[in-house]
Amino acid sequence: MRRWIWLSVVAAFAIAYPLLLSSPFQQRLGALVLLYAIAASAWNIVGGYAGQVSVGHVVFFGCGAYAAMGAYAKFGLSPLFGIPGGIVLAVGLAAIVGVPTLRLSGHYFSMATIAVAETMRLIVTNTEWLGAAVGLSGPTVPRNIFDLSFLSALPYYYLFLAILAITLAITWWMTNSRMGFYLRAIKDSERAARSLGAPASRTKLYAYMLSAALTSVAGALYAMMFGFVDPESGLGILISVKILIMAALGGAGLLFGPLVGAAILVPLEEISNSWLGGKGAGLTFVVYGAIIVLIARFQPGGLLGLLTRRGKPKTDMSKTDTSKTDTGAGHAP
Amino acid sequence: MSFVLVQVIIGGLLLGAVYALFSSGLTLVWGMMNIVNFAHGDFVMLGMYVAYVVYTLMGGGPLLGAPLATLVLATLGIVVYFGLIRDIMKGPMLAQILGTFGLALLLRYSVFWWFGANFLSMPPNIVGGTYAFAGLRIEASRLLAGVVALLVTLGLHLLLTRTSLGSKMLAVAEDQTAAQLMGIRPDTMQAIAWAIAAGATGLAGALIANFFYIVPTVGETLGIVAFVTVSLGGFGSVPGALVAGLLIGVIESLSGYLIGAIYKDIVVYVLFLFFLWFRPQGLMGKT
Repeated sequence: MRRWIWLSVVAAFAIAYPLLLSSPFQQRLGALVLLYAIAASAWNIVGGYAGQVSVGHVVFFGCGAYAAMGAYAKFGLSPLFGIPGGIVLAVGLAAIVGVPTLRLSGHYFSMATIAVAETMRLIVTNTEWLGAAVGLSGPTVPRNIFDLSFLSALPYYYLFLAILAITLAITWWMTNSRMGFYLRAIKDSERAARSLGAPASRTKLYAYMLSAALTSVAGALYAMMFGFVDPESGLGILISVKILIMAALGGAGLLFGPLVGAAILVPLEEISNSWLGGKGAGLTFVVYGAIIVLIARFQPGGLLGLLTRRGKPKTDMSKTDTSKTDTGAGHAP
Repeated sequence: MSFVLVQVIIGGLLLGAVYALFSSGLTLVWGMMNIVNFAHGDFVMLGMYVAYVVYTLMGGGPLLGAPLATLVLATLGIVVYFGLIRDIMKGPMLAQILGTFGLALLLRYSVFWWFGANFLSMPPNIVGGTYAFAGLRIEASRLLAGVVALLVTLGLHLLLTRTSLGSKMLAVAEDQTAAQLMGIRPDTMQAIAWAIAAGATGLAGALIANFFYIVPTVGETLGIVAFVTVSLGGFGSVPGALVAGLLIGVIESLSGYLIGAIYKDIVVYVLFLFFLWFRPQGLMGKT
């Protein structure tokens, strides 16, 4: 019961926020928080619940962003039509990359995802058709409402809020389905889960594909709001890092963890950028780095983990089975 | 034509020796503690900046810059071990990845903030001019880097296999508890391993700083090169890293020359994925 009260308070605040704090800066900030919360929640499905730390999730973000801008720039369609295309691209890519990559565990998986993302960035940067280093632009002047090109951040805010609600609902539904139970078992110990008959590879792949689809939607929305995409903003490794950090700061593997992380880090970045100007760009990431090191060192369960897991022993937190981190390679130097 | 090819291959071997040196650092801590340092490329970057600062502030060449970079990075390695690694090693996987990744961002953007995003470089003849051997032209800075890196990598291998310190480190890698019962302190050994690994990496950075572009984000590319080298050579193997480093140097130079400079990174990444997917035990590992 108390949970529902909290939930309605948060929902009411989210709906009322742009009306209470109605300056353009505040509305834009709100929209950005929601956008990153969508991406981080999508990452959470594979990174948090399945325990597969993808550092290359931006590749799916880029699928959505490029599909949305491509629909306009290449076919003259509304960027909205790019969303299904982006989802198909991202899910297809997730299937192709996921099958060999998800067999790797731990660090090896993370490194493979970085390499995939960086390869894709380099290929796109050198592809004229996709605008190479300049990227693709959306409609500068909206032709009709379906172009979703607004000057105010308010329509984006409510659009993002709706999509975030859908994303969280899907995540919640997933965790309470058979798949959620499988994922939890796999995260605790893949070997044990397999021996009890949980289809580990298939479950991880489904989680990866679902996460990819939702991340691509976030990418498409991002591109629509900013009106363009280039290799750095659509496929740069820093976007992956931001998404990952938000989820980890709030609490990876917790439904509202990514939202909490985004609500802290996005304002931090925007405010430090507007205060420090050009100098802020570097400093923001210094602060990001310091925050991540501190979370990893002192609170690996994230901030929400602090609330929900109080009372449990500290070592109990999502400890992974170390035996599975080894891919058969020798350990001795 | 073939003459140019020989030149390209020699250039690749010399650069590859430096790759081997900093990859040895990565493979050492990886093999010993089963922890992946995502900030490894940024250790190389710091080594480059130390050499650059030594040059701009004191006018010192690699004779001063290289030992200083080794020392600074070795100290950093110890600090990082006691401040971060020792604790996250026992934590969950997410904490390990986040911890070193956060360190990478912290180092990279501190340098970015201080020095800016500009491409810096050392004066072209800081080491000496260009030597000509039988028509082949080799820059002295590259020759110095290649030869020193090769010697130090071999030295590292000897240190690990032929000295009592190396045996102690190996013992800790094999079984911490058993090593402790034999009177070896795992903490000290692991701290020493971090000092050696980071020091070697800093030295590699100072060596390539003489002819490479110096920019805060250079660690991203070089970090991936180190991962490729380690996965190719087998996790934890210094000789493996040496062979793989030389090979990658040559492959990179050849693909840069034959296909085009923009594709050489793609070739390296694809090679990396190929090895992770199909042969995670590396070139020389056993199945």
